[in-house]
Amino acid sequence: MHEKTIRELSEGLKSKAFSSLELTESFLQRIDRLDPSINAFITVTPERALEAAKAADVALSGGTAGPLTGIPIAQKDIFCTEGVRSSCGSKMLDQFISPYNATVVDRLNAAGTVMLGKLNMDEFAMGSSNETSFYGPVKNPWNLETVPGGSSGGSAAAIAARLVPGATGTDTGGSIRQPAAFCGITGIKPTYGLVSRWGMIAFASSLDQAGPMAKTAEDCAWLLEAMAGFDPKDSTSIERPKEIYSQGLDKSLQGLRIGLPKEFFGEGLDPDIHQAIQTAIGEIEKLGATVKAISLPHMHLSGPAYYVVAPAECSSNLARLDGVRYGYRAENPKDLKDLYMRSRGEGFGAEVKRRILIGTYALSAGYYDAYYLKAQKIRRLISDDFKKAFEEVDVIMGPTSPSVAFQFGEKSQDPIAMYLSDIYTIAVNLAGLPGMSVPVGFSKGLPIGMQLIGNYFSEHRLLNVAHRYQGVTDWHQQSPKL
Amino acid sequence: MQWETVIGLEIHAQLATKSKIFSGAATLYGAEPNTQACAIDLGLPGVLPVLNQEAVKMAVKFGLAIGAEVSPRSVFARKNYFYPDLPKGYQISQFDLPVVSTGETTIVVDGEEKVIGITRAHLEEDAGKSLHEDFEGHTGIDLNRAGTPLLEIVSEPDMRSAKEAVAYMKKLHALVRYLEICDGNMQEGSFRCDANVSIRPKGQEKFGTRAEIKNLNSFRFVEKAINYEVLRQIEILENGGTIVQETRLYDANKDETRSMRSKEEANDYRYFPDPDLLPLEIDANFIESVRTQLPELPDQKKLRFKAQYSLNDYDAEVLTATRELASYFEQVALLSGSDPKLCANWVMGDLAAALNKAGLEIEESPVDPQRLAGLIQRIADDTISGKIAKHVFEGLWASLESADAIIDREGLRQITDTGAIEAIIDAIIAENPAQVEGYRSGKDKLFGFFVGQAMKATEGKANPAQLNELLKKKLS
Repeated sequence: MHEKTIRELSEGLKSKAFSSLELTESFLQRIDRLDPSINAFITVTPERALEAAKAADVALSGGTAGPLTGIPIAQKDIFCTEGVRSSCGSKMLDQFISPYNATVVDRLNAAGTVMLGKLNMDEFAMGSSNETSFYGPVKNPWNLETVPGGSSGGSAAAIAARLVPGATGTDTGGSIRQPAAFCGITGIKPTYGLVSRWGMIAFASSLDQAGPMAKTAEDCAWLLEAMAGFDPKDSTSIERPKEIYSQGLDKSLQGLRIGLPKEFFGEGLDPDIHQAIQTAIGEIEKLGATVKAISLPHMHLSGPAYYVVAPAECSSNLARLDGVRYGYRAENPKDLKDLYMRSRGEGFGAEVKRRILIGTYALSAGYYDAYYLKAQKIRRLISDDFKKAFEEVDVIMGPTSPSVAFQFGEKSQDPIAMYLSDIYTIAVNLAGLPGMSVPVGFSKGLPIGMQLIGNYFSEHRLLNVAHRYQGVTDWHQQSPKL
Repeated sequence: MQWETVIGLEIHAQLATKSKIFSGAATLYGAEPNTQACAIDLGLPGVLPVLNQEAVKMAVKFGLAIGAEVSPRSVFARKNYFYPDLPKGYQISQFDLPVVSTGETTIVVDGEEKVIGITRAHLEEDAGKSLHEDFEGHTGIDLNRAGTPLLEIVSEPDMRSAKEAVAYMKKLHALVRYLEICDGNMQEGSFRCDANVSIRPKGQEKFGTRAEIKNLNSFRFVEKAINYEVLRQIEILENGGTIVQETRLYDANKDETRSMRSKEEANDYRYFPDPDLLPLEIDANFIESVRTQLPELPDQKKLRFKAQYSLNDYDAEVLTATRELASYFEQVALLSGSDPKLCANWVMGDLAAALNKAGLEIEESPVDPQRLAGLIQRIADDTISGKIAKHVFEGLWASLESADAIIDREGLRQITDTGAIEAIIDAIIAENPAQVEGYRSGKDKLFGFFVGQAMKATEGKANPAQLNELLKKKLS
C-alpha cells in the first residue's frame, strides 16, 4: 500500500478497497517501525491522525469527499499547527505549541488530508544536509550514511522511505528541490507569492516559498492545487485565478522549447549527474521538445547575493525569539541583557548563529550599501537574465545539485562547501520563479535530480513536462530497500 | 554672548483607527493588559502584517492638510532593536521613503506669523508598554498598545523658542483633531513629541550640537523642558564646555532633563525594507477621493470667521481652536440671529469659564447652542440686561429650561416703561436731597449712587441705558 501514489490511494479510498483509517494505521505502523533509523519525524500525531481518518471515512461514505480526502500526509515542522509542537527544528521552539494553523495546514486539512505528524528539518530551514536540526540529522533512506539534503530533509526522506505518500516542504534557496534530488522524489517550489506564507515560520521572507513533495509530479499537482491560492493574511500573496493543476498533465510536449544554460554544466558538476541529465533531456526531446543552449551570465553572483539577502532577513526575522514571550528562556537570568544573550546563545544552533551574525553585519550602518543594496541589484540582474531566457525558451533544465547525497560530516565543518550544494537552485529563489526537481537516475546507488525552471506562474507547464517524462521513465518508482 | 535657540520637533500622533496598523486587534485605550493583542501583535512565529488602509487614508489627509507631497510610492522598513515590549525585535516604520514629505504650517506667536517647515510624516507601529511597578522586582509587559498606528511628523529645525515650539505643537494638535485622525489625548499618550534642541551664537549659520528630549506629553512640559535644556546648554558653553549629542529625558517632578544615552551608545537600527510588506502605492484617484473628504481647516475657518462674522483676529483664532468650539459658535450665531461679537463674547466668556471650572469640553456643555442662543436673543432685544443675563445663564447651566422660561418665572424682564422709571427716580430724588444737592454742585461721582438706588428699587431690572438717560435729565 505504501508504494502507491496519492492518485492510486485516492482511487482505492473511493472504491472502498481500503478505508482512510486502515491506510492511516498502516502508515503509522510503518513510521513506528522504520523511522527510528531515519529520524524523519520530529513529532508523530497518531491520535489526531486516527481522528481525522475517521472523519475522512465519514466524508468518503457520505459522498462529500474531495480527491485528497483521507490521504495521509505530513507537515514540515516549519508550519504552525494548532495544538501541536511547531519547533522549526530548533531547541528555541522545542516547547512551542502553536495556537493557530498556517494557511497551508488549514487548506490541506480542509481538503480532507490526514496529518500524521511533523517532519524534521534543518534548524529554521538553515542548512542543506539536515545536520543542523536540534532533533538530530535525518538519514537518507537510500544510504543511511548519507544526508537526505535540506532543509526539507525530513519531508524528502519520509516520502522516499514510504512513511508518507506526500508532504509539505519549504524552499528558500533549494530546500525542496535539493532534498528531493538527494532522496529520489519529486518536489516543486512554486512562484513566490503562489502559496501563502501565513503561519510558515520565516527564514528569509522575500525568498521563502512553500510547496509540495511526493513520489510523482501528478501527486505534487494534486497537493499544490489544495495549497495554492491568494491569502489576504499574506501581503506578498498574489491574487489571481485559481489553477487546476491536476488536469491537463498529459498535454503534449510537442514544440516545447528547453533551455540549457551553459553555466549549469560547468566545473564542479559530477559527471554522472551530467550524463543522467543529458539522457533525461534526450527522453523529453523524444516527446517533441527542442533544445537550445542559453546563458544566464550573472549566475555566478547568485551565491554571494543569496548569502547577503537571506542572512540579512533572517537576522531580523529571528529577533522575536528573545526568550521574553515564548520559546526557550535561559534559567535565572540576572538581568535583561543576560536573558537575551543566554536565551539566544543557548537556544540557537551554530549555523543559525552564523547566519544571524552575517546578516546583522550586512545590515549595519556603513555596510548596508556595499552588501544589502548591492545584493538587491544583483537580484535584479539575475531576474533579468531569466526574463531574457524565457523570451526564447519555455523551460530551463539542468542539475538540481552538483553532487548526489554526501556523507554526514563531509561538509558540515566547511560552510562554503555546504553552501555550494545549492549553487543551481538559489538563483530561482532570488528571481522568485517556480522550480522543480524530478528523479532522473542514480550514481553509486544514490538518486540524481534534474531541475526544471519555468517562468512566473508556469507551475502547470512544469508539472506537465515532469508528468510526461515520468510517463516514459520509472526513476520515480524506485524505492530504497529498508 | 547672545545665544539663539534652534528647535525641531518629532510629533507622534496616534491615528484614530478602530484596529491596529498591521492586525485586526482593537486599539481602544485602557483595556485589561494583553487583551487587545492578537497573534500578530504578540509577534508569534509565522505571523505576517497586513496594512490597515484607514491608517494610510489618515496619513494622506494629513499630507493634504499641510500642503505636502503625498508619495505615490513609499516603503515600510524594519527598525531593528531589542526591547521586551517590542515583540518582533523590530518596529515596522518608514525610513528613506515616507508617505508624506515637504509640507508646512503657519504659527502665530506674539502677533507675528511664522512658517514652520514639515520635513516628513511617516506611518509606523507603536510598541507595547513595560510596567515596572506591582511585579515584585519583575517587569510586566502589556502589548495592548503594540501595533497601534502612529503618524510621526518631523519638523524642520525652524523654531527659535520654546514658545514657538508650543505654538507649533498646538497648531498640529488642533489640525489632527480637525482632520479627525487623532483624538489628541495627551494624557493617554495619543499625541506626544520628542524635541531636538540646540543653541548657537546669534548670527552663526552652523547648527550647534543637539540634544533630543524624549516623550514630552504636554504643552507645559514641552515649554519647560526646552527652557531648562537651553539654559543647561548655555551654561555648559559659557563655561567652556561642549555639548554632547545625546538623548535626554525630562523629569517633570524635578523640572530638569537628564541623560538617557549618548550617541556612542545609540542603537544601529539596521533599517531595511520589510520583505513582508509590498511598497505602498497610492494613486492619484485615492488622493483625490481623500481630498474631497477634507473638512474646512483651521486657517481657512479663521479667515472665514473674520470675514463672515466681522470678528477680530484674536476671537477668530480662539473660536476656531477646535472644530467643536467653532461649530458651537456658528450654531449660536445662526440660531440667535444676533450680533456675532455678542455671541463670541458669551461663548468665549461665561460659557468657556463655566466649562473650564467644571472640567468639561465644549461638546459636553450642559447648555446647548439652542438655549444659549435664546439667552443672547433676550439680551439683544433688551428684554434683560447683561447683568441679569449672567443670572439667567446660571439657570440654563443648572436646568434644562429655556432662557425665556427662566425670565418669565423669575420676573426678570427689564423695566422699559419710561413712566415707571421716572416715578422711581422721582421718589429717590425726594428721599435724598443732600445727594441731589451734592451732585448738582459738581460731585459727578454721585451719579453712581442714584443708579445703584434705582437698580436696587427695581431689583436690577431697569433698562440701564434708559435709566441713565432719565436720571441725567431729572438731575440736571
